[in-house]
Amino acid sequence: MSFDTLLIANRGEIARRVIRSARAMGIRCVAVYVDADADAPHVTEADEAVRLPDSYLDGKAILEAAQRAGAGAIHPGYGFLSENAAFARACGEAGIVWVGPSPEAIEQMGDKIAAKALAVEVEVPTLPSSEDVTAAADAVGFPLLVKAAAGGGGKGMRVVERRDDLQEAVAAAKREAQSGFGDDRVFLERYVQNSRHVEIQILGDSQGQLIHLGERECSIQRRHQKIIEESPSPRVDDSLRVAMGDAALRLARALGYQSAGTVEFLVDDDSGEFFFLEVNTRLQVEHPVTEAVTGIDLVREQLRVAQGEPLGLTQEQIRFSGAAIEARLYAEDPAAGFLPATGTLVAFDPAETPKVRWDSGVVRGSRIGTQFDPMLAKVIAHAPTRAEAAGRLALALERCHLGGVTTNRDFLVATLRTAEFLAGDTTTDFIARVSPALSLALSDDELRRVARTAALWIHGENRAGANVLKHAPGAWRNARLPDEKVEFGLGEESIGVSYRRLRDGSFAFSDGGRARLHAWTDRTLDAEIDGRRIRSNITRDRDRILVQGARGDVLLDIRPRFDLPGAEQASGGLVAPMPGKVLEVRVAVGDTVRAGETLVVLEAMKMEHPMRAPEDGTVAEVRVAAGDQVENGALLLVVEPADAGESE
Amino acid sequence: MQPLLAPPLRSSLDTRSPEFAENRSTMLEKLAEIDQLLDEAEAGGGPAAHERLAKRNKLPVRERIALVLDPDSPFLELSPLAGYNSDYAIGGGAVLGIGVIAGVECVIFANDPTVLGGALTPYVAKKWMRALEIARDNRIPYVSFVESAGADLRMDPPEEGQKKRRKPAKTNHFAETGRFFYEMIELSKLDIPSVCVVFGSSTAGGAYQPGMSDYNVVIREQSKIFLAGPPLVKMATGEDSDDETLGGAQMHAEVSGLGEYFAEDERDACRLCREVVSHLNWRKPGPPPSLRADDPLLDSEELLGLVSPDLRRPVDVRDLIGRVVDGSRFEEFKPRYGNTLVCGWAGVEGYPVGILGNNGVLTPQAAEKAAHFIQLCNQIDVPLLFFQNLTGFVVGRDFEQAGIIKKGSQMINAVTNSTVPHITLIFGASYGAGTYAMSGRAFNNRFTFIWPTAKIAVMGGKQIAGVMSIVRRGQAARKGIPFDEEMDAKIVEAVEAIQEKGSVALEATGAISDDGIIDPRDTRTVLGICLSVVRNRPIEGAEGYGVFRL
Repeated sequence: MSFDTLLIANRGEIARRVIRSARAMGIRCVAVYVDADADAPHVTEADEAVRLPDSYLDGKAILEAAQRAGAGAIHPGYGFLSENAAFARACGEAGIVWVGPSPEAIEQMGDKIAAKALAVEVEVPTLPSSEDVTAAADAVGFPLLVKAAAGGGGKGMRVVERRDDLQEAVAAAKREAQSGFGDDRVFLERYVQNSRHVEIQILGDSQGQLIHLGERECSIQRRHQKIIEESPSPRVDDSLRVAMGDAALRLARALGYQSAGTVEFLVDDDSGEFFFLEVNTRLQVEHPVTEAVTGIDLVREQLRVAQGEPLGLTQEQIRFSGAAIEARLYAEDPAAGFLPATGTLVAFDPAETPKVRWDSGVVRGSRIGTQFDPMLAKVIAHAPTRAEAAGRLALALERCHLGGVTTNRDFLVATLRTAEFLAGDTTTDFIARVSPALSLALSDDELRRVARTAALWIHGENRAGANVLKHAPGAWRNARLPDEKVEFGLGEESIGVSYRRLRDGSFAFSDGGRARLHAWTDRTLDAEIDGRRIRSNITRDRDRILVQGARGDVLLDIRPRFDLPGAEQASGGLVAPMPGKVLEVRVAVGDTVRAGETLVVLEAMKMEHPMRAPEDGTVAEVRVAAGDQVENGALLLVVEPADAGESE
Repeated sequence: MQPLLAPPLRSSLDTRSPEFAENRSTMLEKLAEIDQLLDEAEAGGGPAAHERLAKRNKLPVRERIALVLDPDSPFLELSPLAGYNSDYAIGGGAVLGIGVIAGVECVIFANDPTVLGGALTPYVAKKWMRALEIARDNRIPYVSFVESAGADLRMDPPEEGQKKRRKPAKTNHFAETGRFFYEMIELSKLDIPSVCVVFGSSTAGGAYQPGMSDYNVVIREQSKIFLAGPPLVKMATGEDSDDETLGGAQMHAEVSGLGEYFAEDERDACRLCREVVSHLNWRKPGPPPSLRADDPLLDSEELLGLVSPDLRRPVDVRDLIGRVVDGSRFEEFKPRYGNTLVCGWAGVEGYPVGILGNNGVLTPQAAEKAAHFIQLCNQIDVPLLFFQNLTGFVVGRDFEQAGIIKKGSQMINAVTNSTVPHITLIFGASYGAGTYAMSGRAFNNRFTFIWPTAKIAVMGGKQIAGVMSIVRRGQAARKGIPFDEEMDAKIVEAVEAIQEKGSVALEATGAISDDGIIDPRDTRTVLGICLSVVRNRPIEGAEGYGVFRL
């Protein structure tokens, strides 16, 4: 059962995280990758990597890779093949150790209906439910939830408030379940109005020893996916913890569970009752908060168990210290309904302090596409108290120099700082109920400050790049010339900065205020601006500049100094509002169009988006064709307004 | 990189003395006056003219220059106070300077359309000549912004706000200014590119500016280039015409082919001008900095208190050198010989230089040392800096007998035949033949700058007045008439005052007999810029003979 080489059948942060623990145990690590990930950090960090033909779901190719690289075991991470019983079985048949529970346990828990039946059997509380989606609905009670039997992650899930809506919701859920999981079976379940999502981490060895490592609360979710998780839960007291832990272990014992797993419960916030939801037969994304409060490395335990070793821990030995909170940093746009965002991560520089754990799958320069889950990193803060952990996590997020792709960072920071979060008032409806700020609200002062910081940094860049008269002071004059000018754009807004250099080396801005440049590097600026001295991380990405302000990063467009004649397409330009695929282009250059007419049809997030003419005019340019994949903000076509061309 | 190995100079300046404080406050007063004059120069033809310009969507000349320069690069304006104390607006009606366009040091000469419509005044003419000279001597591209009403033909009464009644317009520079055309063609022959942006009218003689340039940028509905405008054409041939068909931008870009680049507007013209310079494949044959460019150890702020307004007060030029050169390091040559002239080596912004600085009159020994030193610098291709503060060559029986004429001539000979670049700074007095020997403007130096309190004259005002008095006394004695002492005293006072006034730096700079007054604290920066600019040509010392040990 022992192995010295481990293949990690996953990518991103979890692959890196598994490598970290495995390597510390003296195990060689083999990564796998698809072409889109050829330069990904999990590949470069592994001892060896094997290219997969096209998918991390290709079990056959992964087994071949393990054999070729001499891997004695496979760790599946989470997602992909992690809960694929057939693959787990195939590993065993190929003589490769599967780091996880038995294929039987996976299979049994993979079927939500079977899982629930087992829970009922071992007297674990469950929500009233019914597979009969018509007549028995009243027995379940309203509001109820329609759920896919094979589902997860919120797909195929519907809340139904009234009996009248049931039929339609069931039909929709079935369609989604069919397209999402290839299995259209659905069932009904009681819906708890004020609920929390609390789960118990379990760990078992091959000798039958089973322990639990306390709970995690993961109630804060958007689009039915967790974004902030913590341990302990502010709602769970010792007696509830014992009760839930015992329930989880009863279930685990019935399954003969080994390795790491999670039993998920719904806790009724009002009554404190808990109901079994499901068992995740794998390592969870949010496992680090448990590691933080227990001091136990769950991947190490998984690997030890897989090698046949006993846990060596009893339930009594488990101690919890302090509070840990994890935030999931996503490439997504909270202001656009949390739609995934794409682009190149031009900056990704976590600050060294405050000390938090960054489990990330990306580095500066990583391309974030639509191919994979848009999670960039998990950030975990552990502190003596929950309030300190929340503060530390918010500050660490805020101090990270991050940009190039729209992220939920500012939203996470805002969430962690709400009074409701700090009070532990975290039910699953948190985001809708509390609605934390979706993005950074910049005051005019702060925006001006950021623009001035950018202007001074560009000044430094211009001087550093000068090939003659580099020795002369920047913007030096012995007589009169107008002030230096730089113009930035923030969305539609324009911010100009003009300044001149004074004899003492400081700068005076035309609209008031002073600055002194203390140090410039190609990635930082240390400057005192209007009496406040701040060291900012700065990243220039061609005609954009990412400036770290006091409250996070701001991405400014650097407006060109000169306009190219005939290139003014600010008006009339049709821009993709999100990444997607062009389904149809309905016009050609020269066509006359009327305002509101659909010109291009874009498909994004499985939906069609008609792109309409902003005003009457003539199509001047078409930049895309049907079938093209376009990024957020990509120019699709240009409509010249009808009354243009007659000016002058 | 290594610094020069010589030890740093130590200051002999007592910055706590009352003299220092007084010198400093006088200098600051002068600088404040100059600051005001620079504001006046910026105003050009005044607010009304600027308004007219803005109404026509046109940019002021300095705005145009700022747009063509690389962002955040330095700009050294030359003769910004030309025309001081004259009938013309201060600045003279054109802006001249050295700036960086697309990473290339260029000389920029730009008409100021707010001053007499950019007409060619004597000051504009002199600045233009100087621009061409700088381009040729330093081998740097010549960029001109043309917008000129042509020669100033007016005989009108003065415009409102004009200080003095204007004399009949001077057109007697007409024959002289023809030289421009020759010079521009010569630039081209010397492979020195010329780029002309026509911002407005460029007519008659002015039409040859784009005519003689390598590249022309014309601006839609703004540039007008013709030998004769519609009125003159009508007078000459009876033909009816209009500006656009006769010489508009579109006509020149599409029909005559005079305009290579067609700009939509002034900003666009500046963009095109930058693009042209960026393709010039410009390489500087002069060597890059070769010494470590440490800042001076001595404080350049203290230069404000270095020189007394009474130029008879001695100044140790080493106190200037130590506040200007890299690390204040200075290797003095022959310090024990001819010590009224300090010679030695130093670095400025990493560029090696030989410095000659006056610590008094030129004696035969000092002149001899200078001639020797200049030859040495030519041997090793090191540019020369001349720091002038002298009342001339020493006079008197002993010195005549010691051969001051011979030794002085040797020095002038060495200066004249030296082929390394010379840059001259007048920080005190610059009198008599001493001005020439110390590579004054007439000796083909590359640049001449002057401090605000400096004076330039044939000799000191006191000396001139005194000499005249002695001559008058002699005449009276020869004629046997009594000498009116009272009257003589009055004349002496008046002559002295006139001479003093005429010799001040502002007068000199107004007449464009230098490249401009500089703030003493900017000395290092200005010299550094010039030392970089001269490297657009190889730095090559004179050849032919070995060093004469004189």
